[in-house]
Amino acid sequence: MISCEKAAIICNKKQYNEATFYEKLQLIFHLLICKTCAKFSKENAKLTSLCKKAPLCCLPEKEKVEMKKELQEKI
Amino acid sequence: MAEHQLHPETWVDQYADYLFNYAVARISDAEIAKDLVQETFFAGLKSAANYKGTAAERTWLIAILKRKVIDHYRKINSNKGKAEVRMNYSSHTDADGDWLEEQIADPLSTHENSSIENEELGLAIQECISKLPKKQSLVFKMKTIQGMETEDICKELGINPSNLWVMIHRARTALMDCLNKNWF
Repeated sequence: MISCEKAAIICNKKQYNEATFYEKLQLIFHLLICKTCAKFSKENAKLTSLCKKAPLCCLPEKEKVEMKKELQEKI
Repeated sequence: MAEHQLHPETWVDQYADYLFNYAVARISDAEIAKDLVQETFFAGLKSAANYKGTAAERTWLIAILKRKVIDHYRKINSNKGKAEVRMNYSSHTDADGDWLEEQIADPLSTHENSSIENEELGLAIQECISKLPKKQSLVFKMKTIQGMETEDICKELGINPSNLWVMIHRARTALMDCLNKNWF
């Protein structure tokens, strides 16, 4: 049986489709017996769907550095 | 005594994404939106002396950005004709009965609210992300918003994968907490 920490990591990987088949199997069995992780897993999936639904975009780090530099010059 | 103070050196880290999201939702051109955010920071710096400290830093910056967005539309619409509002009753007159009744919005539909709601959701998420520790928010953004591969992020930041997943885990837990408080 896997620990809750490990289950949480797998659950997070699953949100990005990076969990292997074996890991997913382990997770399913863990969720069957652990209510806390089951709740976490549910909320985690909700967060993923919210992030997909919202038009999220952000500036690339490179442009931020440039922006910071220009701003720094004016301070 | 002012309640709030300006810290221009933290602006880019704290507000750049938030302002950018706000601008992109209204301009829908990333390049122009980026320029407007940059201009907002400059304008904020220039008029920092006028900042009375009654509003939070972010509210104040958003107010400046709002003006910048309006100015932008004014500029591209400077020809009088372009600014004119033209109304057609119906764009396709041979459509089945062009009654005006058919063209008003369906009062029961919630569809047109969803894009507004989604934009607010985006800003709420962005606000929560900005409260995370710098490294966590960076990893979370790279992974979730930019959709980068785990391997690439690890290489760029010089961390190992298990390190990355721990950071993602902390970021996600904090975000869930924050959204539960502010969104639901």
